[in-house]
Amino acid sequence: MTALEVLYYVLGALGLFTFLSVTVMVLTYVERKFLARIQQRMGPMRVGPYGTLQPIADTIKLIMKEDILPSWADRPVYWLAPLVIFLPALAIWVTLPVGEGLVLRNLDLGLLYIVAVSVLSVLGLVMAGWGSANKYAMLGGLRAAGQLISYEIPFIMAVLGVAMLSQSLDLTRIVNDQASIANIIIQPAGLFIFLMAGLAELGRTPFDIHHAESEVVGGPFVEYSGAHWAIIQLAEYVNMFAIAALVVLLFLGGWRWPSMPFEGTGHDALSLVWFLAKTYGIVLVIFWIRGTYPRLRIDQLMAFGWKVLVPASFLNIVLTGIVLFYGWHWSVLTVMSSLTLAAIGYIIYRRPGTDVRQDTVRVVSARDAGLKPASQAAKPLSGEPIA
Amino acid sequence: MKITQTTRAADSSVDMMINMGPQHPSTHGVFRLVLQLEGERIVHAEPHIGYLHRGSEKLCEGESYAQVITLFDRMDYVANLNSELGFCMAVEKLMGIEVPDRAWYIRTILCELNRVASHMLFYGVFGMDAGAMTPILYGFREREKIQSLFESVTGARMMHNYFRIGGVKEELPADFPARLAGIVDELKRAVEECDRLLTGNEAFLARTRGISPLSAEDAIDFGVTGPILRSTGQIEDVRVSEPYGIYNRFDFGIPVGSTGDCWDRYYIRIEEMRQSLSIIEQAAGQMETGEIQAKMRRIARPPKGEVYVRSETPRGDLGVFLVSDGGPKPYRVKVRTPSFSNLQAIQHMLRGAYVADAVVVLGSLDIILGEVDR
Amino acid sequence: MPETPENPPSGGKPARAVPPTRREPKVEAAPEALDDAGIELSSLVSGLFTDEKVEVGVEVDEVSVRVALDRVPAICARMKNEPSLAFDYLRSLSVVDYVDRLEINYHLFSYPKRHKLVIKADLPAQAPVVPTVTGVWRTANWFEREGHDLFGVNFAGHPDLSPLLLYEGFEGHPGLKSYPFHDYDEW
Repeated sequence: MTALEVLYYVLGALGLFTFLSVTVMVLTYVERKFLARIQQRMGPMRVGPYGTLQPIADTIKLIMKEDILPSWADRPVYWLAPLVIFLPALAIWVTLPVGEGLVLRNLDLGLLYIVAVSVLSVLGLVMAGWGSANKYAMLGGLRAAGQLISYEIPFIMAVLGVAMLSQSLDLTRIVNDQASIANIIIQPAGLFIFLMAGLAELGRTPFDIHHAESEVVGGPFVEYSGAHWAIIQLAEYVNMFAIAALVVLLFLGGWRWPSMPFEGTGHDALSLVWFLAKTYGIVLVIFWIRGTYPRLRIDQLMAFGWKVLVPASFLNIVLTGIVLFYGWHWSVLTVMSSLTLAAIGYIIYRRPGTDVRQDTVRVVSARDAGLKPASQAAKPLSGEPIA
Repeated sequence: MKITQTTRAADSSVDMMINMGPQHPSTHGVFRLVLQLEGERIVHAEPHIGYLHRGSEKLCEGESYAQVITLFDRMDYVANLNSELGFCMAVEKLMGIEVPDRAWYIRTILCELNRVASHMLFYGVFGMDAGAMTPILYGFREREKIQSLFESVTGARMMHNYFRIGGVKEELPADFPARLAGIVDELKRAVEECDRLLTGNEAFLARTRGISPLSAEDAIDFGVTGPILRSTGQIEDVRVSEPYGIYNRFDFGIPVGSTGDCWDRYYIRIEEMRQSLSIIEQAAGQMETGEIQAKMRRIARPPKGEVYVRSETPRGDLGVFLVSDGGPKPYRVKVRTPSFSNLQAIQHMLRGAYVADAVVVLGSLDIILGEVDR
Repeated sequence: MPETPENPPSGGKPARAVPPTRREPKVEAAPEALDDAGIELSSLVSGLFTDEKVEVGVEVDEVSVRVALDRVPAICARMKNEPSLAFDYLRSLSVVDYVDRLEINYHLFSYPKRHKLVIKADLPAQAPVVPTVTGVWRTANWFEREGHDLFGVNFAGHPDLSPLLLYEGFEGHPGLKSYPFHDYDEW
């Protein structure tokens, strides 16, 4: 590698880090405002016009906070855990293209690299839980580990389904293959599985039980404060943006589909804008789910992952394989994938094997209920007040 | 003063002991729950209360009857007017006072509004316990409307001190009927909105359906009352089994469940809100002008004797046992609060449940620590 | 009973020789107001408990049954199990301090029959002991712990009489009349 290449990569990495930091700040602001609107309130309004400088205020506050170290904490593990959570999140972005040619280093095995590296952050969660010397943290860390590892399978399978369609793990190639038809039309079930698995990987509602405030009070991160907490938060938002970006790249046609008003150079130039618009759309959907849904219990979460998503993702691959093997038109896969999605929806809605009745409460009229047994004088239902 | 530990020694076969509270986002006040876990299952749950004990019952013995009403405000600090009503009824029964009609109408309307406000708070907090962030803001928005109406009537948003022995303190403001009609309309829509948001939600059903079912025999044995008792299938409401006031003039329903699990308890309270709004409408239509306070001396001196009066608060059966020696101050006031007995049942309900369910079950009991500890 | 002009302390000698400065209003007892159901219950209880030494009376609108201290759990169990009484709900268990004695009240209610009554028992002021009724109604558990905390009543046979409302190490029983209102030092 020449010195120029080294310089290019270093500058590129710095640029990527800046882009991600700015994105995270924007995301925190957007989340607070969006959630506030769902909850009929205003969100941040004081710091800057309409609260736009709130993320800066938050960052300054977090950096200035005291770093707390619990007395019994395992120091190396405790200090390293945030880094182990954060660095894989950054590493993923090395190979995620955000526009036409806008990628730090495009890899042939891009998807494999992303999936493999993102799993490393699970170790960081367990380290955080262990190193905090706190029962709640340990509980949360173990729950997180179990949850994340279980949901890796549908995550990988959904990704595999897309890779089979494009016969490649190269992200740029996958996007270019979707120039006319986005994968959401071909594999709607795949999108749903990937989004659910991605939400579980991120630990966002409805799968955020491991750091649920009302239960384990922060889970593995409860003892962190100040800059370390900021790093963990940064990791969560970078990961979320990465999942949203992957949804757009794999299923929504990246920066290509549907065709933009400009073709040619105009298109290349505005591909970043188009990509960001779609990604923010998915991000808003993720926030929307957070604002609306309660969270699942850990065993329900695992049951959903293993009993619903894993078979569905396997089915997805099998169907894709059949269609590709027999060389059928892609619309056949659309139909079959839609049926799979309908089946998943039915299972979620009816939860076979459990009780989902909503008719167990009846209203008894007071006059019927107020009749005393025959041996005693019934109170006359006149208009007189009693006592 | 020596402070010793109260937790029992951990069993050798039990994995872990978790301490929830007294500072915890979900224990609904200062309350400590010590859980012994085996993996994710709770083997033993031990509640520790008393963090909010203020000696209210003893304080009542040092204050005149009118001053005691302020103490009752602060016991159940979410359904204040219902608590005040309990005490006022006890004194009125002992003294044989007949409260004028209009006062009863005002009392009923305000108590039912307070019931709606209390259940809105339950709705918001229960949603948050299950993990949804939005219901609490919807619930508190509705409470805000009710509380501002209370402010115009009683002068305070929460600690009203409005009911008096023999009636109510002041006449209603002139704009009350119009405001009430507007609020009842808004609340009806709001109850439907809140219902749609949470009741049929699959994740919410997963968190509450089938969780900690309670049988009617166990509930009665533990002295559990209110929506929890009704969720087990027992048709029991103090307003109909020991009627007081003017409740026999209204046509209302009592929601009764069948499974006794958390979802039934939640939905009964939603339905109770609808019934309360119906009662308020009927009362507002029937109310006429008249006296608001019975004729009696300024300083109440009930005759010697004792009386026990029950009333139906949003949490259950509030019992006030009043012993009078003929003097201007009560001799003994024992307040049998519903949350005290409801909370006792949590040991029985949590056996064998998951840790994550502990929060949901505690939320479904809808306890107020001010009432539990007094 | 607290001292009033009608109830001079036993012994005939007044405790104070100071004449009252203003006329104390005459203290009357609250009139009895038992309804038909209560009258029926009163005769039913008198008929059923002929073998026990019970005193059936009226407290304003409730039937009251005064029993001997050691018979409390047996009578409570009978109240619960007798089909015509069916008192399955212990509304409240409270202790009242009448300086020379303590009185314990068990307020009962029956859901099937919808009638109510109160069982009373007198306790000595020094070292009061009463057998527990947690075997009859599980709800009595916390009520008895509270009675122990605030009044010092010892409930024999109670599974766990640890402090409920007061912190461990609290000295004294605040519910008693002898516990001062304001003049004690907390720290």
